Amino acid sequence: MTQLDQSKAPIAEAMITHTHKRTVAFDVPGHKQGKGNPMLREFLGDKCLRFDMNSRKDLDNLCHPVGVILEAEEIAAQAFGAGHAFFIVNGTTAAVQAMVMNVARKEEKIILPRNVHRSAIYALILTGAIPVYVNPGVHPKLGIPLGMQLKDVEEAILKNPDAKAVFVNNPTYYGICSDLPAIVELAHRHNMKVIVDEAHGTHFYFKSGLPVSAMAAGADMAAVSMHKTGGSLTQSSFLLIQDPKMMGEVRQVLNLTHTTSGSYLLLSSLDITRKFLALHGEEEFSRVMQLTDYARTEINKIPGFYCFGSDIINGGNIANFDTTKLTIHTRGIGLAGIEVYDILRDEYDIQVELGDLGNILAIVGIGDKRQDIERLISALMDIQENYAKEDFGMITYEYVSPIVRVSPQRAFYATQKKVKIVEALDEIAGESIMVYPPGIPILAPGELITQEAIDYILYAKDRGSFLTGIEDTAIEYINVLEV
Amino acid sequence: MEFWFTEQHTENVRFSVKVDRQLLSKQSDFQRIDVFQSPEFGKFFSLDGYIMITEKDEFIYHDMIVHVPMSVNPDIKRVLVIGAGDGGTIRELCRYASIEHIDMVEIDEEVVTVCRQFFPSTACSFDDPRVKLHFEDGLKFVRSKKNDYDLILVDSTDPVGPGEGLFTREFYGNCYNALSESGILVNQHESPYYSFNAVAMQRAHRRIREKFPIARVYQAHIPTYPSGYWLFGFASKKFDPIKDLDAVKWNALNLKTKYYNTELHVGCFALPNYVKELLKNDHE
Repeated sequence: MTQLDQSKAPIAEAMITHTHKRTVAFDVPGHKQGKGNPMLREFLGDKCLRFDMNSRKDLDNLCHPVGVILEAEEIAAQAFGAGHAFFIVNGTTAAVQAMVMNVARKEEKIILPRNVHRSAIYALILTGAIPVYVNPGVHPKLGIPLGMQLKDVEEAILKNPDAKAVFVNNPTYYGICSDLPAIVELAHRHNMKVIVDEAHGTHFYFKSGLPVSAMAAGADMAAVSMHKTGGSLTQSSFLLIQDPKMMGEVRQVLNLTHTTSGSYLLLSSLDITRKFLALHGEEEFSRVMQLTDYARTEINKIPGFYCFGSDIINGGNIANFDTTKLTIHTRGIGLAGIEVYDILRDEYDIQVELGDLGNILAIVGIGDKRQDIERLISALMDIQENYAKEDFGMITYEYVSPIVRVSPQRAFYATQKKVKIVEALDEIAGESIMVYPPGIPILAPGELITQEAIDYILYAKDRGSFLTGIEDTAIEYINVLEV
Repeated sequence: MEFWFTEQHTENVRFSVKVDRQLLSKQSDFQRIDVFQSPEFGKFFSLDGYIMITEKDEFIYHDMIVHVPMSVNPDIKRVLVIGAGDGGTIRELCRYASIEHIDMVEIDEEVVTVCRQFFPSTACSFDDPRVKLHFEDGLKFVRSKKNDYDLILVDSTDPVGPGEGLFTREFYGNCYNALSESGILVNQHESPYYSFNAVAMQRAHRRIREKFPIARVYQAHIPTYPSGYWLFGFASKKFDPIKDLDAVKWNALNLKTKYYNTELHVGCFALPNYVKELLKNDHE
């Protein structure tokens, strides 16, 4: 294979060349390089609007690329070690949907972790595929969902030999990795494909010493949110495939939901970011790792906070850990993660990515400086001194094994009625109920409502857990399918 | 040919100084450092294009940041200075024989190196045996300190760039802990005049006021800073800057100063109404 030049950015370069032609535009977009919308031009800047272009011959076409977009995709594929890389401008959701729709059709089975992102569930609604869920497990102290254990995946595969694919979240939001190479080997042995939601794993491709990436692990497809840890514009992503011969087929499925007016601002941001990371990713992410290692050491010196690292790897549902993720367990100072999240924002002008009941998650990336990290550490120290309360335990979580009765698609389109939760035994759920922590559904559309599920909903409600996804916020009624 | 240094004070206001020649321009790990020779202000240096000190007017800033707290509590023995790479603050502190120890924490060693070379009139006391230099983040340094200082001076750049962490609640909280029961915190408090500086000034005041029982603001005229009018914050656990002024004791020290005196001390806390108004409405 010829080595492509990673210092090229064909889309961005073509855009610059194109502006030099000073073409008179009688095509969309209607703002005509910003001339027609001075307010927007003033707000976003002249250059931004000049580069908000239409698909033209020299700029190629995202739906059927033959020119600079195809060239950029091929260069990106090499950067990711993939057979092909598709530029995605509809968010990673579009990439996840294309993956699911490629591997599982109507009434075909797909094995997924129970805490899969909603974009995958939406894809099941679109295709009509049947989910087979694997319990991701929950960390007993931290209350966060973990990865799929190999033996649980194996059990699901053996029970469902007709399943078409295994879907893996890798890494999770919190940086937890499953044993991806072993899962791939196992699934392939059973003629199943492996597709990976790698939304939080862009950096795995550009820095050695991090957990293995989906493509390196041999997975068939992966959805990578370049905008999350890579640095491109929000909503821009890559869909990667292992086998270049699949390109045409995957493109056809992708085009079902992907926009036909691909934004050149987003496309060029992917192109340039791939170039930047291919050339400088190793040093950039080394710096990020130094920052997070330093932060972890300093935060763990503050009494009551626990910022976990590789120490939580257990060879099972935590096969590996992405140390660039900074998750800080806050229960030791008697505060819920969400409380610390609010205090940081309101009192210290520090915005972290999320707060759940037990933890906050800070995303540290290529844009962060040492001084920003110092602010976070100092703020946590000040919070510990001024806000700490009595430590209180986490609510224990029990996994409720789902029984899928009809596909999410049939449940979605079915006529539904409301019944009291306590009287819903043996009905089929028309909506999901998710409990936080750990953010794992108790029920999802199409699933049988068992006594175990009812009991657990009532228990979680009674304990003051945060239940979402259900229409009745008082958690008295649930939507079920009319039979 | 004319050669002018121009600093953008606001989007619509520029401040220009005629320059004879540029003596140095370099990029440190944190900021760009430039040194100039000028007919009006003598030598001056800028960080990221903002004038820090000039030979001609530096005495005003350094008098006001040091002598105001020192005359309220002449028994100050342990001092922490954050920033202050030009050395002027250290120079003034070292004139007090009663001070036993000074920790100076400057994030950018390059600033000290440059000032030692070009500004011997301010960078003259770094080698005083009582002074210990630390080249690290002030926010980091202070958070490990408990009851270690009688006085903390925050001689920082503006809250954009390396000085950003020194205008935050976490910093003032850590300073509070680092100070003794009679501790005083004095900080460079921005200007009330242009709205950008005024917002930074209000935010800083709110954060300090929330932490310290006594939080006052005083003023000085500094020709080369935006609007020429600058504020300092005086925060303390027990000293009132006016009621507790020990003028007799301070004057007995016989320190010769070019700007500060004990009458001015009282006057500098008398603020214009628009500044009082800004400080009163600091919660937004």
